[in-house]
Formats: sequence, C-alpha cells, structure tokens
Amino acid sequence: MATTMTRDVLSVRGLTKRFGGLVAVNGMSFDVREHEVMGIIGPNGSGKSTMINMISGALQPTAGTITLNGQQISGLPAYQINRRGVSRTFQLVRPLNELSVMENVVAGAAFGHRRRWGHEAEAFAETLLQKVGMGRHIHLPVASLTYIDTKRLELARVLASEPEVLLLDEWLAGLNPTELTTGIELIHSLRAEGRTIIVVEHVMDAIRSLCDRCVVMSSGAMIAEGTPAEVLADREVIRAYLGDEDDA
Amino acid sequence: MSATDYRNLAISAGLVGLVALMPFYASGYVMTLAVTVAMFTVLATSWALFSGPTHYISLATAAFYGLGAYITGLGIDHLPYWTLPLIAGVAGAIVAALVGVATLRLSGVYFVIFTLGLAELIRQLVTFAQVQAGRQGFYVLTSISETMIYWQLVALAAVVWLVGWLIWRSRLGFALRIIGNDETVARHSGINTAQAKVLLFMVPGAAAAIVGAIMAPRYVYIEPSMAFGPILSFQVVIMALLGGTRRLWGPIAGVIPFTLLWEVISGNMPNQTYLLLGVAFLLIVYVLPGGFVGLYEKALHRWREGRAA
Repeated sequence: MATTMTRDVLSVRGLTKRFGGLVAVNGMSFDVREHEVMGIIGPNGSGKSTMINMISGALQPTAGTITLNGQQISGLPAYQINRRGVSRTFQLVRPLNELSVMENVVAGAAFGHRRRWGHEAEAFAETLLQKVGMGRHIHLPVASLTYIDTKRLELARVLASEPEVLLLDEWLAGLNPTELTTGIELIHSLRAEGRTIIVVEHVMDAIRSLCDRCVVMSSGAMIAEGTPAEVLADREVIRAYLGDEDDA
Repeated sequence: MSATDYRNLAISAGLVGLVALMPFYASGYVMTLAVTVAMFTVLATSWALFSGPTHYISLATAAFYGLGAYITGLGIDHLPYWTLPLIAGVAGAIVAALVGVATLRLSGVYFVIFTLGLAELIRQLVTFAQVQAGRQGFYVLTSISETMIYWQLVALAAVVWLVGWLIWRSRLGFALRIIGNDETVARHSGINTAQAKVLLFMVPGAAAAIVGAIMAPRYVYIEPSMAFGPILSFQVVIMALLGGTRRLWGPIAGVIPFTLLWEVISGNMPNQTYLLLGVAFLLIVYVLPGGFVGLYEKALHRWREGRAA
C-alpha cells in the first residue's frame, strides 16, 4: 500500500465496551496515521463518544487494546494517557471559570505531554491564544467569553501539552454558520501544521474538507472505512443515516 | 522571586515579629484571647489551603486536633515536651493520608459527611479505650505557660503561611485550583488528581494535630468530648469562609472578628453560641459568598475601574 509511507500513531484493536447488557462499541479496529486527520462519524447513539472516551481514558474498555506508538495505553487512567500524548476537547465545552484565560491554557501545559511552567508556559500559552484567534481576549474573565471563544480557549488548552494525538469531540457543534467557517479554517490550520487529529463530527461539510479518512460507526460497529467521498457514497452508510429505501 | 515577593515576605515577617511581642505589653485576658486567635488562625489558614482551591469541605479538624491533644496527654510523662508537637504533626499527616486515600475519591457531600463521621468515630474509639482502661481522661500537668503556647502557635502560623505561599506558587497548588474548577478537565490535563488531593490534605491534618499537641497543656485535663468536640470543626469552616479562601490572609480576616464576637456572646449569652454559628453561616451563604476577601476584591476592582475611567 502506498499509505505505508507514514507510520501508525494510534492503533485500536477489537475494542469493545459493554454497559450491562448494552454493547456500545463492538470490536472496533482501526489505525490513525501520523499527520492525518481521521474522522469518526455515524448517526446518534452509534458509539462515537464512547469510542473517544475510551481513547482518552475517561472509560475503560471491556475488551480490546489501544496502542500509542506501539505502547499500550488502554487500561491506563486518563491523566497517564494525557501525559503520553493524547489530549481531548469535550463535547460540552469545559472552560475553567475561576481561572484567567491565560491560566486556562497553562493548565494544559503544566502537567501534560510536554511540560512547561512559569514564564515559559505563559509565553507558549500566549502564542497558542494568538493562534486560535484569542489574542485580544487574554485579559477578559473567562465567564464573559462568547461560546466560540470558550471553544477556542479549550482548543488552546489542549494544544498546550503538544499532544501526539488530538481528539476533537464535536468541536464544531453548536456554532452558527459564520463561526462554523472560522472553526473549520482553524482546524484546517492545525492540519496544515501536520498534527495527528481524530475528529468526531456531525457537520458533513467539515468532514469532507478536513478528513483524510473516516471510519463510520453504526450501532457500535464499523460499517465503512475510507476517504470521505468513498464512505459517504457507501450504500451501507447511506442506509445507516437515512434508513432503507423501503422505509421511506 | 520578584521584588514584590521579597517585599511581601518582609512585610509578613515584620508583622509576625510584632505579633510575637504581644506578651510583653498585653494583659492576661488579652493574651487568653490572643492564644485563641492564634490557634484558629493556624487551623483556618491550613484548612483553607486544601478546602479553598478544591471546594472539598472538610469537617475533620476536630479529629486531628484531638489526636494531637492526646499525643501530648499520653506522651508528656515519658518524652521531652518538644518532641510531642513533631510526633503529632507526623501522626496527623499519616492519618490524613489514610483518610484521603479512603475518601477523596468521594465527591461533594459524601466527603463532608465522612469527615464529620471520622471525628465522631475517633472520639467514640478513644472513649471506649479509656473506659476499658478505667479512666475518663488525662491530666496534662506541665510548666508550660500561656506565653509559651502563644509563641509556638505564632511560629506555627508563620510556617503555615510560608508553606501556603510556596504551595500557591507551585504546580501542586495550581493543580488543586484546576481540580476545584473541574476535576474531569484536571484528569484529562495530565493531573494525578487523587495524589494531588491526598498530598495537600496532609497539610491541614498535620497542622491541626500540632495545634492540638500545643494546646493540650492549656486544658490541664483532657477528655474525648472536649478534645474531639465537633464544634471546633464547624468554627474553623465558618471562620475560613467568613474571611475568604482565595487569599492566604483571608482566613485570619475571619478569625479575628469571629473569635471576638464568640467571646462576647459566650460570655454574656452562653447558650446562644450555636445561634452565632448559624447566623454567620447564613450571612456567608447569602451576603458574603467570597468572604471578606471577596468584598475586598470587589472594592479593588471598582477602584481600578474608577481610575481607568
């Protein structure tokens, strides 16, 4: 395969999560290559969030393994996974309201994958805040930020540890059309920097323009894998999103 | 360290020095009050070091205080006096670590209830042990004067402030503030939340045990209901919150007025002290959520805005 030119950073093998009798994720296997933006898509309740929660260590898998650069990270607590280089945003944005904008970003730098502290951390945080477009808001209280700015802030916090793999959990959700354009551009700029990113996303425009590859989940299992154009034309995928023709 | 840091350190050292000279000019009655103020200063300040940033309300102060008092009570006839506060500090830190490991995974109200229960549990165990041994308490007869107790407490307060200041500037202190804001974010930012919480919980545990050990000679006779009295835990929480926990000097701003008020009320209307606790608590919740520190910060903010405009 031509794609073996780049190495796999994150590998998921036979990953399964059961909540009592419910199988939320069922035997998922896929690889994320270096410098690649990979999308995890699928209808509501297909197990995407559970997948992200297992990769980031918020949930422990029932079976299967996740490896980062060949080392197993599944089974480790979330803080260990973060220190090894997997950093995530949250579906419902979680700014640290009692901290300053600057401290919110330093929070990501101080304990994570590549650690910075003191003046070095603040200088780095400022660079990141500029990058995500919040240079002018450094001195505002966090509680007064607009919705997209809290999302930017969270992105800067996550970037501050210089992760090997960035997990964006519906980062574009809830943005209005203008903000959406800005948001997609921002993720584009991260992609241009050669970062390795996993995005869980509902916004189809974003998936088409951002993702190199996608895996499509339905009812906890993978039903398709490939470029966005390939998977979005896949019969199985269309059926999962829209139902059978007979039903219509 | 910046020039401001050196200035603040110098001012603090000067103030501590001034306060330490008090026995040379104050009357006996004032000194009695001063010992109480110094005691609550240590307890409330060290309490706020942990509970301020994390928002975990601990009602275990009495457990550690009683532990320290009993260490002095048991050890005074066998060991040199100066070793007892040290032993108490180590014992307090160890018990705090054990309690922390067992409870800090609990959040919110479960933690509060457990810490309250812990003090009661220890009190019952000590009572039981003493009944088995056929006695009710201990005499602590020493030549240690009130002035000596006062100086020890002032020195301990200085240590607690210094430790607090160092923690506040450290990554550990920053980790605690993140945990207090959002524990999930903390975990996903690489913070070992359980370890950070246990480490910092050991500070008020050790401090309260040392205070107990230092205060024991003042009581002359120690028994469980007094050494482990739960009211102490509530007083500490109220004083710290009244002063405010966002600054290192916050708790003492609550300790001084509250101790004076408590003195007046317990002197004139001894049955109304609980009412004072209740009213103070309501006041904090409804009027002063940030304590006096909050008021100060608001005033400062307004003053700065006024100047900028």
